[in-house]
Amino acid sequence: MTARVITVTSGKGGVGKTTTTANLGVALAMLGQRVVTLDADIGLRNLDVVMGLENRIVYDLVDAVEGHCRLRQALIRDKRLSELFLLPAAQTRDKTAVSPAQMIELCDQLRPDFDYILVDSPAGIEQGYRNAVAPADEVIIVTTPAVSAVRDADRIVGLVEAEGKGPPTLIINRLAPDMVQRGQMLSTEDIVEILAIDLLGIVPEDKQIIISTNSGAPVALDGKSPSGQAFRNIAGRILGQDIPFMPLKGSAGMLGRLTRFIRG
Amino acid sequence: MESVTIKGTSDGLVITLSEGPLHVVLSQMKTQLSSRASFFLGGRVALRVGDRALSEDQLQEIGNDLQSMGMSLWAVEAEHPATLTAARQLGLETHLRPGESVPVPTPEQISREEMVGIVVRGTLRSGQTIHHAGHVTVIGDVNPGAEVVAGGDIIVWGKLRGIAHAGAMGDDGALVCALQLAPSQIRIGSHIARPPDRGRPPKVAEIATIQDDSIVVERWDKRK
Repeated sequence: MTARVITVTSGKGGVGKTTTTANLGVALAMLGQRVVTLDADIGLRNLDVVMGLENRIVYDLVDAVEGHCRLRQALIRDKRLSELFLLPAAQTRDKTAVSPAQMIELCDQLRPDFDYILVDSPAGIEQGYRNAVAPADEVIIVTTPAVSAVRDADRIVGLVEAEGKGPPTLIINRLAPDMVQRGQMLSTEDIVEILAIDLLGIVPEDKQIIISTNSGAPVALDGKSPSGQAFRNIAGRILGQDIPFMPLKGSAGMLGRLTRFIRG
Repeated sequence: MESVTIKGTSDGLVITLSEGPLHVVLSQMKTQLSSRASFFLGGRVALRVGDRALSEDQLQEIGNDLQSMGMSLWAVEAEHPATLTAARQLGLETHLRPGESVPVPTPEQISREEMVGIVVRGTLRSGQTIHHAGHVTVIGDVNPGAEVVAGGDIIVWGKLRGIAHAGAMGDDGALVCALQLAPSQIRIGSHIARPPDRGRPPKVAEIATIQDDSIVVERWDKRK
């Protein structure tokens, strides 16, 4: 097995890179893949919290790069899925602690033992981003349907294309169909029209995400949540399955369902 | 696989970067250079980057790397306008004929009819810029956050959503037109204007010119 390295980045902060990395890791592992999620946000690590593994960190990515431990010792097995691992970032250092070349070397050491390496990129376009994109075979860009997020995503698409990593794919996160219908939020078409890259998936706005990231239980494990389903669909598409996009209806509440029934 | 070719000329080295991920190519360049560093010491380097879009920061970094090996970057030969712009901003030459300096046109020297136009294919993304002394035609969109600065006219065969500055060397007679004119700011000569808050712009081609001392936008099919 030789892993595919996928970097998840965005430019803009807070759009859901870490949530996406954690959930795609979980979803791919649920589909039988051997996955390591790698937190490249040195100094502001979050991937460990979102996966619920923060209490199990002994060694981190910087320790491994600097030779204070063997790479294996820094990998943490997920508490629910035995084929999912986390390589956490360091919290007490910053982005200058590792170089792009070291990131490539690190991922090359991991490649023989995994099917997928998902790299969680920090926000920005500086060294942290360059570290995260350096080892990538492909790049996923996450954006929310907000003008500022799409502006930053466009910048990142330009930078990724200049790196020669091939065209990135897009995940639109936190889409609220009600607001789109009322013309208060950018639609999928608006976003794809500006960014002009292939759409990998759409994750609907879902309050369950806040609960799940706080409790360290990624939503992809939850059979009932729409955002969990979206992440599982995206994982399927990454594996080459042809999964249609979920119809995003507004007003999924009782009243909404009643109204639709009356209208026939 | 060699992705970097290094040739010696009477005016220093010419390094050609070929396809592939940038960091890999640059790393190979450094490896090849350092294995023969003492031979190249003190030399001038001209870089050929093909159609890569490189920013000022990226070129600066390459320049710094070369400097740490005792060489100096004096020119970048590129096909992508954004790279050419970045190179000029750093004071680098963009033509590789040694000894020949490229004359910088002043407004008195070049009339609009004599200006040379460039055509750029593809969408200009946020953060990318084109600076050109003559006319600029973009076949594609100019996204918000991108900038086109032209000494002459600007034509966008697509959606203009970034910043366009036509007549940038002081020509108030220049024009900006686009299939969909929705720039964040439009500048002609010394005038700057913000588009009106009009929601979605009409899906008709429009042209912006200066009339009676202000920037006026007219529909192409209804222009005077």
